Amino acid sequence: MTMVWRSLGLVFVSVLLWQAVVVMTNIPAYFLPSPWLVYQALSANTVLLVREAGVTLTEMLLGFVLATVFGMGVAIVLAYWRGVRLSVLPILVFSQAIPTFAIAPLLILWLGYGLNSKIVITMLMLFFPVMTAFLDGLLVPRLELMAMAQVMTPSRWQILRHIQIPSALPKLATGLRVAAAGAPLAAIIGEWVGANRGLGYLLLEANARLQMDFVFAILFVVVSLALLVYYTVDTVLKRVIFWL
Amino acid sequence: MFDVRLTNVCFAYKQQVLFEHLNLSLTAGSFTCLLGPSGVGKSSLLQLLANLPPSSDAVIQKSIHTSDGLPLTGRIAWMAQYDNLLPWLSLIDNVLLGYRLRHCVTVELKQYARQLLSRVGFNDVDLVKKITALSGGMRQRVALVRTLLEDKPLVLMDEPFSALDSITRFSLQSLSCELLRSKTVLLITHDPLEALRLADVIYILKGSPAQLIPCSVPLTPTPRYLNDQLLTEQARLWQQLADEKVSP
Repeated sequence: MTMVWRSLGLVFVSVLLWQAVVVMTNIPAYFLPSPWLVYQALSANTVLLVREAGVTLTEMLLGFVLATVFGMGVAIVLAYWRGVRLSVLPILVFSQAIPTFAIAPLLILWLGYGLNSKIVITMLMLFFPVMTAFLDGLLVPRLELMAMAQVMTPSRWQILRHIQIPSALPKLATGLRVAAAGAPLAAIIGEWVGANRGLGYLLLEANARLQMDFVFAILFVVVSLALLVYYTVDTVLKRVIFWL
Repeated sequence: MFDVRLTNVCFAYKQQVLFEHLNLSLTAGSFTCLLGPSGVGKSSLLQLLANLPPSSDAVIQKSIHTSDGLPLTGRIAWMAQYDNLLPWLSLIDNVLLGYRLRHCVTVELKQYARQLLSRVGFNDVDLVKKITALSGGMRQRVALVRTLLEDKPLVLMDEPFSALDSITRFSLQSLSCELLRSKTVLLITHDPLEALRLADVIYILKGSPAQLIPCSVPLTPTPRYLNDQLLTEQARLWQQLADEKVSP
């Protein structure tokens, strides 16, 4: 707890320092706004920010959930059928060479300007870390454990369900944390490429109008969202995978 | 009960021949111990007997005969060096793992599992403990109960007590011996004393390709307790293990 207070104190001192520098050097607000101005922008636009944050949060969460569902599903299929794994896994790896940012305009063309395209972009970016982490966990449980299970039952499906999947959960958790950290980035990239809603869209608009105080205010909200998502996921994972 | 004969085993792994025309017989109801230096292929032999899928760069030839003519599949219980307890399951569910995998857990079985657990020294308070809160000796006792509960005629044990301290090992050896009385057991160990305490039959596996060398065993009933005779035997067995030459 003392560490938390120490960190908070450090942040507070930095903000004070920032305010002092801006006041003393007369840096123009369109170059570097003072924390006070940022705070004013934040409080003046609370309703707008909360509304647009809701949009971005929806994209992040739905993208994250879909990536988790598909990532886990694909990993299970690949783990169960060796043949499928040998032919499909290389394709999935190659597909990661395509930068999502580069195909985002296509996705917006196909799926429209609204939520759908952002959710799919987020899902595409988060799918791979979830899938590989889980597959890794499924494929390398301890050999001794597998030997014991194989002596107990001939059913590969039962072994997968009762032994491999639970053993792989700690690895999956690592993948999910990476995904949770990447979710805000993915959603904002989606909004930058083409949107009329969301924090990414606000960010672009404010930036174009040189409203730097508002840019900082939006950034503050983005960071808060990212932390909220990350720590929620982290807490839930620690509860569910209690043996970690 | 039935005899098991593993005959004409040839096994090569990564160009190295581990076994060539090896034969092993297990008499119904006997306790056989297999001693040998590490890397000689003791565990491989156990895996061959259990019909576990071999690694992709192994070349295998073998035939398994049982005196009742039925295949071994589904008639084996396996106990390993590591307890292999699953931390996401409760203690009782760990013990019932085999039955959970086969979807045949019954109330009577749970009752019996509790009985067995109390026989190996678990009280009701221990039963609700998390797996991760158990000591190494307790964990291996849970693993032993899981193996016993499987109630299979053939029990294969791969250095089951090697990770324990000597006092715990001693008591678990005695316990296993009592509880596995009616089974055919093949136990791998590299502890001569363990073999001498438990076995009706002792083999040393050594050489390259490895051969099975039968050793003499005291005629007293098992589990044998430490006395001068046993310690003399241990010294002799130790000598035989350390001896590099393979006598035909």
